Amino acid sequence: MKPLNQAVCETPPSGIRRFFDVASQMPDAISLGVGEPDFVTPWRIREAAIHAIERGYTTYTSNAGLLELREAIAAHLESRYGVVYDPATEILITVGVSEGLDLALRALLNPGDEVLHFQPGYVSYLPGIRFAGGVPVAVQTTAEDGFRIRPEALSAAISPRTKAILLAYPNNPTGATLSRDEVVAVARFAVEHDLYLISDEIYSRLTYGCEHTCAASVPGARDRTVVLNGFSKAYAMTGWRVGYVCAPPSIAECILKLHQYTMLCAPHMAQKAAVEALRHGENDVRQMVAEYDRRRRFFVRGLNAIGLECHEPRGAFYAFPSVRATGLTSEEFATRLLHEERVAVVPGNAFGQTGEGHIRCSYATSMAMLEQALERMARFVQSLTKTARPAGEERSLVARA
Amino acid sequence: MREILQILESDARATPARIAAITGLSEDEVARQIALWEDSGVIRRYKTVVDWERYGEDVVEAYIDVSVTPERGAGFDDIAARIYRYPEVRSVALVSGGHDLRVIVRGADIKEIARFVAEKLATLERVTSTNTHFLLKRYKEDGDVFGDADPDHRLMVAP
Repeated sequence: MKPLNQAVCETPPSGIRRFFDVASQMPDAISLGVGEPDFVTPWRIREAAIHAIERGYTTYTSNAGLLELREAIAAHLESRYGVVYDPATEILITVGVSEGLDLALRALLNPGDEVLHFQPGYVSYLPGIRFAGGVPVAVQTTAEDGFRIRPEALSAAISPRTKAILLAYPNNPTGATLSRDEVVAVARFAVEHDLYLISDEIYSRLTYGCEHTCAASVPGARDRTVVLNGFSKAYAMTGWRVGYVCAPPSIAECILKLHQYTMLCAPHMAQKAAVEALRHGENDVRQMVAEYDRRRRFFVRGLNAIGLECHEPRGAFYAFPSVRATGLTSEEFATRLLHEERVAVVPGNAFGQTGEGHIRCSYATSMAMLEQALERMARFVQSLTKTARPAGEERSLVARA
Repeated sequence: MREILQILESDARATPARIAAITGLSEDEVARQIALWEDSGVIRRYKTVVDWERYGEDVVEAYIDVSVTPERGAGFDDIAARIYRYPEVRSVALVSGGHDLRVIVRGADIKEIARFVAEKLATLERVTSTNTHFLLKRYKEDGDVFGDADPDHRLMVAP
C-alpha cells in the first residue's frame, strides 16, 4: 500500500506514553507521573453540568462557543491580567488547550515556517508544529540557569524562516515561571523580528509566591499574540475538554474557520460547567492552590534532602529534580525506581534534550503518598550510592542496570 | 503561622518535621509555636474522626431543639452551661429561628436519650419545650464524608 503521512510516521510516540505502558502493569506503584490534578472537579461545577443536561443543553453551540462563557472569560482576563478582549470577535472556545494549540499553529504556519519552542517542554509542542507543516526549532533552557529564557539563545535560534515563538509558562515539566520583565523581553524580541507569539497559559492560576503575566498584557504583544488557556488545571476539569483561544480579530477569524470546519464546537454541557467555574469557582481554586503549595514546599525540600537537587518550581504542579548525582540517565533512573521501589516518575528526556538528567515528579497527589514516595526514593538513591564505583566506572554500573 | 493550624486541623498527626518542611520554619520553631497554642487554648485538643458504624457499633444521636426563657442578667449562658455539663451532650449552640438552643446528645440507645430528655433536659427550670430529632443516617460531619471515597480515575502516567 502507499505510505502514510510522512510527518506523522517520522514522529516517535510520546515518551510519556511508553512509560505509561510499563507503569500501568504495576497497580501497587505510587504514581508521581500524573499530569493532572488529583482533585475531582468541584461539586458546584459538576452540579451545574448535571443541571445543564437535565435542562436539555445537549445541542451544538455556536462555533465560537457560548457567548456567556466568552463574556465571562473576557471579564476574567481583564480583571486578572488587565488585558481586554472582545468576546464577540476575539475569543473562541476550544476542545481543551490541545485543540487551541493545534488550531493556532495551523492558522499561523505555512510549510517550512520555523517555530521557536523551549525545552524542556510539554511533549505535544514539537509534533504539533510538525503536523502543522512547520519546523520546530528547540531553544534549550537549563536547570543551572533556573530554566530562564536567555535573549542570546533566542538570537542564536532565529532565522529568516522563523515565524513564531511558542511560550509555555508556568512550565510543564520544570515548574518554571516567567517574571513580567522576562515576558516583556520576549515580546520585544518578537516585535523586533516580526514574530507571532503563541502563549500556552494553562497553568496560569497555579503559581506560588509570584504573579502570572499574560503574554498579551505586555507592551506591543497583544496584536501578535495568541493566548491559549482553559479550565483543566485551575478547576480540575481535565476530562471536560474546555479551553479557549484569545487573539486579535484577524487571527481569531482564521482560527475560527479551522475550528468550524473541523471540531464545530466544544461540548455544550461542559461549556455550561465552565461558566459556573468562572462565576463561582474562585474559592475552590484558592483552596486547591494552597494545597498544591503545601505539597510543593514539602516535596521539594524532601527531594533536596535525599540528594536529588531540585530548583524551586514556582508554578504548575511539577518538581523537576536532577538525578545526575546518581550517575544514571533519566530513563535508567525512572525505570529502576519503578521496578525496585514502585514509584512512577517520568524520565526528563521525554521533554527534550535538556530534560536529560532530570525526572518529572507531579505533586498532584496526597501528602501521605508524597511522604511515602520520598521514603522509597530515599531508599533507592541510598542503594545507588552504596554500590557506586569511582567516577570512572560509573558507566559500568549503568550498563548493569 | 496560621498555616500550622490549618495543617493540624486537617491532620492532627502531622509531625513538626512535616509541618516544618511545608512551611519553611524550623522544626523547633514549629514545636514551640504548637506548645504555645496548646497552653493558650488556641489548640483545644487532638482528635480522631471515627466511623463507629463501620466499626460495627451502633451509636444513637439526637438533635434537640430547646426553647428557653432567658434569665435577666445572664441571658442564655447560664442555662446553656447547665446543659453542656452533661457528658452525653456533644454540643450546644444558641441559634436563631423558632427555638433557642440546638443540643446534640449521644447515647447507647434511644431509651437512654429519651430518659435524658425527659428527666434532665425538660425538667430544667426555664426550659419551656424540647423537640427531639433522632439521627437516622450520617452523611457528612464536620467536613468529613462518611461512606466510601470515590476512586481515583486517573491514569498512572499522563502528559
